Amino acid sequence: MLDQVEEVASQANAELQKIASLDELEGWRVRYLGRKSKLINILRSLGDVPIEERRTLGARANQVKVGLESRFTQKKEQIELLKNQSLELEKIDVTLPGQPYQVGRLHLTTRTIKEICDIFISLGFQIVEGPEVEWEHYNFEALNMPAEHPARDGFATLWADYKTETGARPMLMRTHTSPVQIRTMEKAKPPIRVIAPGRVYRYEATDATHEWMFSQVEGLAVDKNITMADLKGTLFEFARRLFGQDRKCRFRVDYFPFVEPGCEIAIDCFVCGGKGCRLCGSSGWIEILGAGMVHPEVLRGCGIDPEEYSGFAFGMGVERIPILRYGIDDIRLFYNNDLRFLKQF
Amino acid sequence: MKVPLKWLKDYVDTDISPEELAEKLTLAGLEVSAIQVIGGNWENIVVGQIAAVNPHPNADRLRLATVDTGKGQQTVVCGAPNLVVGDKIAFASAGAKLIDGHTGKAEELKPAKIRGVASEGMVCSEKELGLSENHEGILVLPEEFQVGKHLSDYLGDAIFDIDITPNRADCLSVMGIAREVAALTAKPFRMPDLSYPESSKSVESYAAVEIKAPDLCPRYCATVIDGIVIGPSPGWMQKRLAACGARPINNIVDVTNYVMLEFGQPLHAFDCQQIRGNKIIVRRAAAGEAMYTLDEQERKFDSDILLIADAERPIAVAGIMGGLSSEVRDYTTSILLESANFSQAAIHRGSQNLKLSSEASVRFEKGLNPGLAMMALKRATQLIAQLGGGKVAGGIIDVYPARTAKKPLSINGHNVRRLLGIDLELDQIQRCLELLGLSCRKGDSNNVLVGDPWWRNDINCTADLVEEVARVTGYDNIPETMLSSSLPSGAGSLIVSFRQEISSFMVACGFQEIITYPLTSPEIMQKLSSSPGTAQPEMLKIANPMSRDLEYLRTSLRMGVLSVLSRNQRSRENNIRLFEIAKVFLPRPQDLPLENEILCGLVDTVAPETYWQSKPAPVDFYFVKGMVETLLARFGIKADYLYGHDVTLSPAGSADVVVDSVKIGVIGEVHPAVLMRFDIAEPAFLFELDVDKLLTLASQPLIYKTISKYPGTTRDIAMLLDTGVTYQKIVDIVKGFSLVSDMQLFDLYVGEQIPEGKKSLAFRLTYQSADQTLKDEEVDKVQKRIIERLSKELGAVLRS
Ligand SMILES: [Zn+2]
Repeated sequence: MLDQVEEVASQANAELQKIASLDELEGWRVRYLGRKSKLINILRSLGDVPIEERRTLGARANQVKVGLESRFTQKKEQIELLKNQSLELEKIDVTLPGQPYQVGRLHLTTRTIKEICDIFISLGFQIVEGPEVEWEHYNFEALNMPAEHPARDGFATLWADYKTETGARPMLMRTHTSPVQIRTMEKAKPPIRVIAPGRVYRYEATDATHEWMFSQVEGLAVDKNITMADLKGTLFEFARRLFGQDRKCRFRVDYFPFVEPGCEIAIDCFVCGGKGCRLCGSSGWIEILGAGMVHPEVLRGCGIDPEEYSGFAFGMGVERIPILRYGIDDIRLFYNNDLRFLKQF
Repeated sequence: MKVPLKWLKDYVDTDISPEELAEKLTLAGLEVSAIQVIGGNWENIVVGQIAAVNPHPNADRLRLATVDTGKGQQTVVCGAPNLVVGDKIAFASAGAKLIDGHTGKAEELKPAKIRGVASEGMVCSEKELGLSENHEGILVLPEEFQVGKHLSDYLGDAIFDIDITPNRADCLSVMGIAREVAALTAKPFRMPDLSYPESSKSVESYAAVEIKAPDLCPRYCATVIDGIVIGPSPGWMQKRLAACGARPINNIVDVTNYVMLEFGQPLHAFDCQQIRGNKIIVRRAAAGEAMYTLDEQERKFDSDILLIADAERPIAVAGIMGGLSSEVRDYTTSILLESANFSQAAIHRGSQNLKLSSEASVRFEKGLNPGLAMMALKRATQLIAQLGGGKVAGGIIDVYPARTAKKPLSINGHNVRRLLGIDLELDQIQRCLELLGLSCRKGDSNNVLVGDPWWRNDINCTADLVEEVARVTGYDNIPETMLSSSLPSGAGSLIVSFRQEISSFMVACGFQEIITYPLTSPEIMQKLSSSPGTAQPEMLKIANPMSRDLEYLRTSLRMGVLSVLSRNQRSRENNIRLFEIAKVFLPRPQDLPLENEILCGLVDTVAPETYWQSKPAPVDFYFVKGMVETLLARFGIKADYLYGHDVTLSPAGSADVVVDSVKIGVIGEVHPAVLMRFDIAEPAFLFELDVDKLLTLASQPLIYKTISKYPGTTRDIAMLLDTGVTYQKIVDIVKGFSLVSDMQLFDLYVGEQIPEGKKSLAFRLTYQSADQTLKDEEVDKVQKRIIERLSKELGAVLRS
C-alpha cells in the first residue's frame, strides 16, 4: 500500500511537470485528488488496514495529499500568471472603428406626436383617430361652422370630386383634427378624455413657412363639472412638461366657433426669455395651442346634454414644435424626406 | 383694424400707456400686432409762428424765415415755397430727430451754415416729421395750436393694429374697440350725439324702398339729404381716415367711410337724381344681368348676387360695391344715404362669386347686428348735414322685415361657476356685463337678464355671456386645477400602439421612417407597373387640385417610397432603408373611401458600407424576407410565401405574403423597368404589409407551449434535389413528423461536383419529445422515414 502511495506521488509529480493549461490541470486534480482517485481511496479505506501499518501509511498518504494539493495551487497560479502575461502581449487596437450597426429613426413628426401623446396619456387621456377624408358635416357643420360661416375662410379646403344626388359636394380632406371630437362624442358617453393626432390638409401654396399637409393633435375632455380652470391647469401642465418647468404661460381670449369661452395658450419665448426676438415676432410669446370650453350647441348636436355635461377641447400644430425647438427654417423639409435632414433627429 | 388712440379717446377716457392698453386688449381677445407711435421722438419740435420772411442773401431759391418759438425768435434758412407770415408751423431745433426728405433716413438735426448763413433749426414738412410722404412744402398747422407747445401734444398719437377674430365684426370699428377699452379699464363709454335738424319735406317724397329678398336683407334704412355741396372733407377727418388706411375722396364719401370706421356699419351714398323711378329695390340679380361697379369694371351676375336696383336697373352690388351710374360726383346735390343689413351668407357668397372684396363686404360677411344700421345712419346723416351743408329730409326710411324681439339672455352664478370654475357674486357678474355696455336687470330667480346689444352679433347664449364675464374679470383670474373627473374606460384606438410597435421594430432593423403626401396622379401610379397598359385601380379625385401631380388620393404607398429612395440616392446616401406607415384611400360608392393602413418598406444595396473587418451580409430578397418573418413572428403570425404576379416586382424574385390563404402583403425585388422609371440604381427590394389585416391576425390570443424537460437530439441530412423543388415542399413533409421540433437549412449549393439541374441542400433536424428522452433508435427510425418520403415524393438523393 505504501508503495502505491509512493507510485501515485511520483506519477502525479511527473505529470504535473508537463501540464500547461487549466483544463489539463483540472483533469490532473480529478485523477489524483478527486473523490474516486487512488490516493483518496487509500485514505478512505485506512480503517481496513492493520493497526500497525495504519499509522505509517496514513501519515504518508496525508503528507502526499497535502503536498499534491499545494503543488496544484502553485501550478494553477503559475498557469494563470503565464496566461495573463501572454494576454498582455496579445493586446488589440481598441481604437479601431467598431462594427457599424445600422439603426433607423422615426420621422421627426412621429416622434413629436408621440412626445405630446405620452404627456396626455399620463394625464389619463386615450388616443383615438379619425378619417383623413371626411364629410363636410364633421369638418364644419357639427363644429358650429355652417356654410358661409366667416371662420371657414381660415380653412382653404381640398374637396373630393364626389357629388350627391342633389349636386352637393360634401366630401373633403379634413382641414383640422377637430372632426374627431364629434366622432368621439357621437360614439362615447362621458367621461371622455381623448387626444387625436393626425394629418390635416389645406389648399395652400407651399413655401418656407407654409405646407399643404401638416399634423395636429386634438384633445377633448367631457364630463360633469369640467371647468375652464381644469382646461387651464391641464394645458399649462402639458406646456411646462413639453417646454420646461420654468416656462411662463399666457392665457388669453381667442375665438374658435366650436368652443365658448375660447382661449389661446402661449409660452414665454425660450430664445429671448420674453424680451422679443425674431422667433417670437418681437412679442416675447410663442402661441402653442388654441382651446376652449366645448360649445353647448356642439355638445347638443352630439347628443350630450350641455346642462348636465361640460368639457374642454384643444388643438395644436405639431410641426411648429420642432421648428421652434431646433430652429428649422423651412417647413418643406419635413415631407421632402431628405435623409440628411431626417437623420439629424 | 387700425385704431388711433386719439380717436378712441373721443369715446373713453384712458390714461394708461399705449403698451399697457395693447396688453389688456390682447389678453381680452383683440390681439394688438403692432403699435405705431407718431411723435414719440418729437422731443425738440414745438409749434412756432412765422414772424418774418426775408430773401437769402446768397441764394434765390432759399429764404430766411424768422420764427417765433415761444421762447424768443430764431431765423432759419428754408427752401419751402409756402412760407407765409403768421402761419403756425412745426419748428425743430438742434437735436431733433427728423426724417431726411431725400434719403428717408432718420437723422439728428445739427446747426449748419447754408450758403453762408447760420441756421440752427428747421421748419418741417410732413415727411420730415414722419407723418406722410408729403415733402412738397412745410406743414401748416391749424390756427388754434399754441405757439411754444410741443407738437406731440397736438399731433402725437399711437395707432394700434388689431387682429379681429371672425366673431367680432363690431370691433372692426373705433367705437367697438372703445367699448372694449371702457370695459377693460372700468371707464365709462361715451356715445356721440346723433341728433340733427330735419326739414319739413319727408323722405318718402324722395324715394321708396322695397325689399324683395328679405332672407338676404333683414333691414334697409335710408335718409335723403338735399342741397349738399360736394367738397373736400375737413382736415381732422381726412387725417383720421388716412391713419386708418382710407383714402380721402370728398365730404360725402369720406363721411360714409368715417362712420363705417367709427361704428363698423358700411354705408353707401347714391346720387338721388340717378335713382330712376324714385325707387330702391333690394333683389336677387336676374341671370345675366350686368353693371359697371365703382372700380369701372363690368360685372355680370347670377341669381346668387344681391343687388340694389332702382325701378329700371341695378345701381349697386349690395354690401360689396356701389355702381358707377349712381356714384356721388362733383355736381351731385342730393343724396340717398343707405345703411342696411345684408345677410352674412349672401355677402360672403357674393364676394367669393365675384372675386370682389371691400371694406364693406369684409364687415357684412362676418355678420352685423341690424340694430347698428339705424344708429350709424343717424350719425352719417348728421355729419353730412354738418359738412355738406344740405337739408335732411324729414324721417328715416326703415324697412325691417327681420325685426324680432330677441328674448333677453339669462346668466347666474351657477353658470359662471360650472364653466369657469370661479365663484362670482351676481352683482359682480352684472357689473362685468354693464362695463361692456350691455343692458342688464335682475331676474326673478337670482339671475341677471341681459338685453340684445344693438352693436354686437356674437352674444346668443349663456355661454357667450360667461365668456364676456371672463374677459372682463380677466382670464388671469381663472385658477389652474387638474382634471378630477373619473377616467374613461377602455384603451382607445388599438392601431396606435400596434403601429408604434411595428415602427419600433422597423427602426431597430435600421429603417428610417418617412412621411409622404397622400395625393398623386395617374401618371405617377402608372410608373409602378412594369408592363404599360395595366389597368389602374380606381382612385378618388380631388375637385380642386393644387397641381396635376396632386390630383388623386393614393391607393398605394409605393410611389412615395420609390421617389424618396431615388431622391436620396442622388444625394449620395448609402445603404438606404426606408419605411412608411400610412393610409391608402380605396373608393367606395356613396361613402367615404376606405382608409387602409399600409406598411411599405424599401431597401437599396448600393455601395455596401466599407468596413475594415468583414463584409456585411448582402441585402437581397432573403434580407427583406427575414425581416418580414421576424416582424410577423413578433405578433405570433406565421405566413406562407407564394409566387405572385405583382406588377411592380420582378417575377424572378417576389412573393405574396399569405396567412390562412389571405394575402396580407408582398415582398420582392423591384422590377428593373420600374426602377428605371424612378431613376433608381438596381437592385432594390420592397415589401408591403396590410397593417389593418396584421392587427386582426395579431389580436388572436397566444397560447403558452410547455417547455420540454427532455433534451433534444440533432441529426444532419444532406441531399440532392432537382433545382425546381422548393424548400417549402421539404418543410411541408418534415413538418408532418411531430417529433421534429426544429429544422434549419445550413447549406445550399449549386455548381461544381453537383450534377446539372440539381442542387445540394443540407439541413439540421432537432428531435425532441415533451414526454421522454428520445432513444437513438427512435430518432433513427423517424429520420429514416423522413428520408424515404423525401426521396419518394421529391426525388431526393441522400448524400453521404
Ligand atoms: Zn423671442
